[in-house]
Amino acid sequence: MTMYRSAPRISRRRFIRGAGALAAGTMLPSVLFARTGGRERLVVVILRGALDGLAAVPPHGDPDYARMHRELAIAPPGAADGALSLDATFGLHPALEFLHERYAGGELIVFHAAASPYRDRSHFDGQNVLENGFRQPLGTADGWLNRAIASRPVRAVAIAQNVPLILRGGAGAPVLSKSPIATPDVDEELLARLSDLYSKDDWFSARLSEAVQSERLGDASSDVQPPAMMNSPTKQVDRIAAAARMAAAVMKSEGGPEVAVLEATGWDTHANQGGAKGILAQRLRGLDGALRVLADDLGPLWGQTAVLVVTEFGRTAAMNGTRGTDHGTAGCAFLLGGAVRGGRVIAEWPGLAAASLLDNRDLRPTLDLRSVFKGVLDEHLHVDAKSLANLVFPDSTQARALDGLIRA
Amino acid sequence: MLQPEIAVLRFGLGARPGDLAAAAPDPRAWLRAQTRGPAQRAGTTTLAPSNEIFEAVLAARKERREERLAAAAPEELQAAGALLRDAYQPHYRAQVLARAQSAAVTAQPFTERLVHFWANHFAVSADKGAIYGLAGTLENEAIRPHVNGRFVQLLTAVEQHPAMIAFLDNQYSVGADSPAARRAAARGALAGVDQPKRRFGINENLAREILELHTLGVGGGYRQEDVTSFAQIITGWSIGGGRGRLAGGVPGKFYFRDELHEPGPKTFLGKRYAEGGLAEGEAVLTDLADHPSTARFLATKLVRHFVADDPPPAAVERLARAYLKSGGNLSQVYAALIESPEAWEPQPRKFKTPEDFVFSTLRALELTPGKPQEVIHAFDLMGQRQYTPGSPAGWADTAPSWDGSDALMHRVLWSSQMADRYEGVASPTEIAGAALGGLLRPETGAAIHRASSGSQALALLLMSPEFQRR
Repeated sequence: MTMYRSAPRISRRRFIRGAGALAAGTMLPSVLFARTGGRERLVVVILRGALDGLAAVPPHGDPDYARMHRELAIAPPGAADGALSLDATFGLHPALEFLHERYAGGELIVFHAAASPYRDRSHFDGQNVLENGFRQPLGTADGWLNRAIASRPVRAVAIAQNVPLILRGGAGAPVLSKSPIATPDVDEELLARLSDLYSKDDWFSARLSEAVQSERLGDASSDVQPPAMMNSPTKQVDRIAAAARMAAAVMKSEGGPEVAVLEATGWDTHANQGGAKGILAQRLRGLDGALRVLADDLGPLWGQTAVLVVTEFGRTAAMNGTRGTDHGTAGCAFLLGGAVRGGRVIAEWPGLAAASLLDNRDLRPTLDLRSVFKGVLDEHLHVDAKSLANLVFPDSTQARALDGLIRA
Repeated sequence: MLQPEIAVLRFGLGARPGDLAAAAPDPRAWLRAQTRGPAQRAGTTTLAPSNEIFEAVLAARKERREERLAAAAPEELQAAGALLRDAYQPHYRAQVLARAQSAAVTAQPFTERLVHFWANHFAVSADKGAIYGLAGTLENEAIRPHVNGRFVQLLTAVEQHPAMIAFLDNQYSVGADSPAARRAAARGALAGVDQPKRRFGINENLAREILELHTLGVGGGYRQEDVTSFAQIITGWSIGGGRGRLAGGVPGKFYFRDELHEPGPKTFLGKRYAEGGLAEGEAVLTDLADHPSTARFLATKLVRHFVADDPPPAAVERLARAYLKSGGNLSQVYAALIESPEAWEPQPRKFKTPEDFVFSTLRALELTPGKPQEVIHAFDLMGQRQYTPGSPAGWADTAPSWDGSDALMHRVLWSSQMADRYEGVASPTEIAGAALGGLLRPETGAAIHRASSGSQALALLLMSPEFQRR
């Protein structure tokens, strides 16, 4: 059978204007992004699967690093395939060239020995804690970023087909999602009739109106190519670059959202992780390239942008039996952008000596990621301290906001 | 009231014309009759078994190694990488097609849904290149035979399936004191070389996910030391027909490699297990299957899948009790589910996943996909590419993971594509009646009646709230 044939479709824009021609009940909300006074842009990139912070930000100055990380260790700056130098202790993985440029340009802060409050080693619970902003993985269905912007005149988009936990929640404006998968236009009359059909069902009604708004976002980004769907690391690299391109297009569009969340998978390197070259190096190069695309495409907006790159936890200090690393605790995070007061490493380094490790295996956390999040939300999105403490990150008094992350 | 509809739509995969009538005389008996024996795959596609696929890929790997050695230019290296993909791809595509065909036509849709449930519980992901063409074999070879059996049989078949072993890297996990490690160290000492120990160690990936995702559940009462110990217990659980120290065994079949196994007694969850080779890990699986945490974890997931995102505690309790009382007899657990009043409340509480939506659409329209691309297209659009949950936790089973605005628009798009291409003779009103029975709301009936074309009427049916929920 032939399953798909395309029919000419009428564009979405015309649908929105023309919807009033149908019965009053078919009218979709036409309020799109309200104009806001806020100029700041925030992008959060979630690396799912637990990035090895000791590979991405090698502590080459630590006397135990090479011994622990063995063939996965990145050589010191200056050596063949060596790290890109940050300071006497830390470097960047050689694949992270754009990040290194931004560090030199004063637009990158590198955090190390950082972790969410989660202390076990499940990806799924770890991601829940990273995104829900609580100390416990379960018991809440909304994310800290949603709560943070609920009271702000700020709109958010998830560059995905569905909204990740960090942006979920009932408060504030609905969060749209927009994936880099091209959608041919859907028949306007069908949408109007669906809107009518959903009129007694609030849940579907709300979702359809969001879906129509999301489609509008696509007007700005129709040149985004759908990513190829295959399995090699190269193609995962293409996916994150396509997502970055779409994020920039959507944020730049007229009345576009100020906040975007991107996701990238493929960091769970239990076997054959590689060092300066190999699987992880390819993924890091892809991430680095995607961040470059984001900066280039945002153009002048980059100057008021902060990008947070985070993962659910780090990996074991020692290489495992299959030339990879197992689930660990503390790792690295990045904050970059034209709005960032960068060119710094923020790390209280616990060291990799056996006695310093957590549970004899993991880099010990000395920085709570919520301190970073609070600092960014305070200085960049101007979320007030009381909301941060009570609403956004309950039970986080010991994680005080870091000051001075964002340019005054 | 509405019991046949609930049996067919909520427990099954949606109604084909005639399904509601078949279930009508006794909906519970209709369900119970499907909880015996293995799950037969329906449809016409022939699938290669995992060991044959594995062998074909071994040959491709060998060729790739040779080409890599000979390759000078980067594009030649890429071509070598493509060899592996080419060896796997037809199998992946056939598995995806076979799955959709079976879902579209099976007369045992409750059993089929259970197969899908367990395939998601024991998720492997074709995103991992090494198992791209093997991902679908786990469901057909390890799950279908045991879907109505005892959980320990299902569990053991899954953990010993090559797709699971390779997905979670266990074939490379080596006991530090295993014969292989000791021999290598001795050879190094003889040669005066400081033999790097790094080549010999455990990989705890499979052990951790068995505990966290397959049996006890996170918070089910295990600690890091149990993960490590369990990983040592299952060192040697491997696949036949590899290279070097992984040679030996029937290629592509589960193979226990004594020489990689960490010797000696081990303590796991406070219990001592004497050295027993393969039997050691099997004994742990038996104990895990009997554990109350496992009963609760599985009951919670089943109730979440069949009843509501927020599983009613009374139903969870009932299923967990049935599990423990029957010694993990799954058909008894399903019987408890069928007898749970919470599962029969008329208001549907589950928003269909893309899988639910695609399969129920195929059934409602009596379509049987004939080409893999037809199915692949649908799932790419809606974000649930078959056999690629990405992580060993499987696809999320709650609405917030599927109700994004982008995903919803893709559902509308696909609905209208399917409606456009419907070539059957039934009227939209007849199709709606056969698909939804008494669940069809008057508004939807009216919208179908008023639609400006047959295609639009069908798209409205497929996107109606009562068709989008179960």
